[in-house]
Amino acid sequence: MRRLAMIVLVVAVLAAVPFTEASNAVLNFLVVALLIALAGQGWNVLGGYGGQYSFGHAAFFGTGAYVTAVLQVRYGVNAWLAFALGIAAGALVGAVIGALTFRSGLRGSYFALVTLAFAEVLRIVASVAPITGAGVGTLIKLDLRHEALQFQSRAVFYWAILGLVALSLVIAWAIEHSRFGAWLTAVRENEDAARALGVDATRVKLGAMTLSAAITAAAGCFYAQYFLFIDAGIAYGPWISVEALLTAIIGGAGTIFGPLFGALLVRLLGEAARLVTGDAPGLDLVIYGAALVLVVAFAPRGLMGIVADIRSAFRRPAPRPTAEAAGG
Amino acid sequence: MAEPLLTVRNVSKHFGGLQAVDAATLFAEEGRITALIGPNGAGKTTLFAMISGFVRPDAGSVRYEGCDITGAPPHELARLGIARTFQIVQPFAGLTVRENIAVGAHMRHRGRNAALAAATAIAREMGLGDMLDQPAAALTVAGRKRLELARALATQPKLLLLDEVLAGLNPSEIRDVVPVIRAIQARGVSIMMIEHVMQAVMSLSEHVFVLAEGRIIAQGPPEGVSADPRVIEAYLGHGAAKLTAAGAA
Repeated sequence: MRRLAMIVLVVAVLAAVPFTEASNAVLNFLVVALLIALAGQGWNVLGGYGGQYSFGHAAFFGTGAYVTAVLQVRYGVNAWLAFALGIAAGALVGAVIGALTFRSGLRGSYFALVTLAFAEVLRIVASVAPITGAGVGTLIKLDLRHEALQFQSRAVFYWAILGLVALSLVIAWAIEHSRFGAWLTAVRENEDAARALGVDATRVKLGAMTLSAAITAAAGCFYAQYFLFIDAGIAYGPWISVEALLTAIIGGAGTIFGPLFGALLVRLLGEAARLVTGDAPGLDLVIYGAALVLVVAFAPRGLMGIVADIRSAFRRPAPRPTAEAAGG
Repeated sequence: MAEPLLTVRNVSKHFGGLQAVDAATLFAEEGRITALIGPNGAGKTTLFAMISGFVRPDAGSVRYEGCDITGAPPHELARLGIARTFQIVQPFAGLTVRENIAVGAHMRHRGRNAALAAATAIAREMGLGDMLDQPAAALTVAGRKRLELARALATQPKLLLLDEVLAGLNPSEIRDVVPVIRAIQARGVSIMMIEHVMQAVMSLSEHVFVLAEGRIIAQGPPEGVSADPRVIEAYLGHGAAKLTAAGAA
């Protein structure tokens, strides 16, 4: 319950930002950071809790984005419905890729490579297929009405993405407090031991991948609605696969707040670098790489790991609770 | 006579050119401790892997509670009440002791709190009550063996397969764990154990099967089996039985 209260607190603080005369630039920064946090939370469900490191979450992000955009532009589907269908389509792609990879027993780096391959295939298909606008991309018509899921005010977009992030935090919390989550982390820690204890590892991984894909797809749907333009490189490009896993790992894989704090930090670093050095192309990637190396070397459990270490350092002087042992 | 709880009939498995298990037949009676012994490389662990669903036999059948379970996956067998421990302990290293056991308990308890409560109770029974919130990685070898037992017990098995649960323990630790195994039997759990520590096999088991080079070469009560010349030769080499007999005379 304390974690749930933390979620409410963090979300409430973030929700107050638009009331503080924050500039549009700040809001824009936060919208993008939250969007990445959402994609990262999707990755975290499968990679953080389930230990299945995907390098191809762009497959789900892009599917969400394209389904949202194409349904509106080519088929006149209502934007809200298109958004929901985008999430469903992303989940479906996750289930299909999961069924193919997990059933053939792919683990570890093989799984990572295959997911990367799926995302790249989708990127290439999207860059030539007529329905996606091929190389030109797809432009959603500007239509600032609530029915079209577009808003005059950036603050509304901000609250919308914050709402989605809040939901993803609650999902992560629920995973930590459920049988499904216990099975998923057991599979991460030791798949054979989990199977011996009655865990249907393939089904658990498949469920996690579907949920994971749905969350990351939601980030893609939001991207399409917010920027109103996507092409193959944006939707299915490796950038989003990298940012999704980077934010989760830097923030702390397998923790509720890891992706959110990771996304804020990573984006902040990127912006800071841009301010200092101007717009040197690719510099943000150098920063991300350096941050990843530092985290893996010195804080393998990410930002949340550092937080946990600090907290236990403060707690140590207190006597160890012995009621538990005495009760037995 | 009623059918035994577990019957393994003419089960074979080869890996490439190596015949790991060759038409092995054995059974485990309800409520008893059955031991499976044999020299290193005899195929004991492969036989166990086939019973517990991790390896599919090339031929033969495995029956449990009157049903054919040949080739069923491990998680289904666990649900039917067959639990196993691993020779090389496989803790969920990143989880606490309580969380480790709760994974097993979740098979019978859907709710998180119920599973954690069940895990706590079993941990105390297994002598892990002081380490509930410690990461499994912090346990000693003996502690990890206990954790394997506790996790398997948490699934509320009818048949427990123990793969060398005493290996790697020192004599005093073995003296501690033997009564734990007896207590598990006393709860009504049937046990089949692979064991190298002969002293434990002699004191614990009621029926022994001896596997050598993939074949069951002897079976019977422990005293009889240990005097069987075929068994002595399997362990000590050809001609050893004659020598030991001469030495005894």
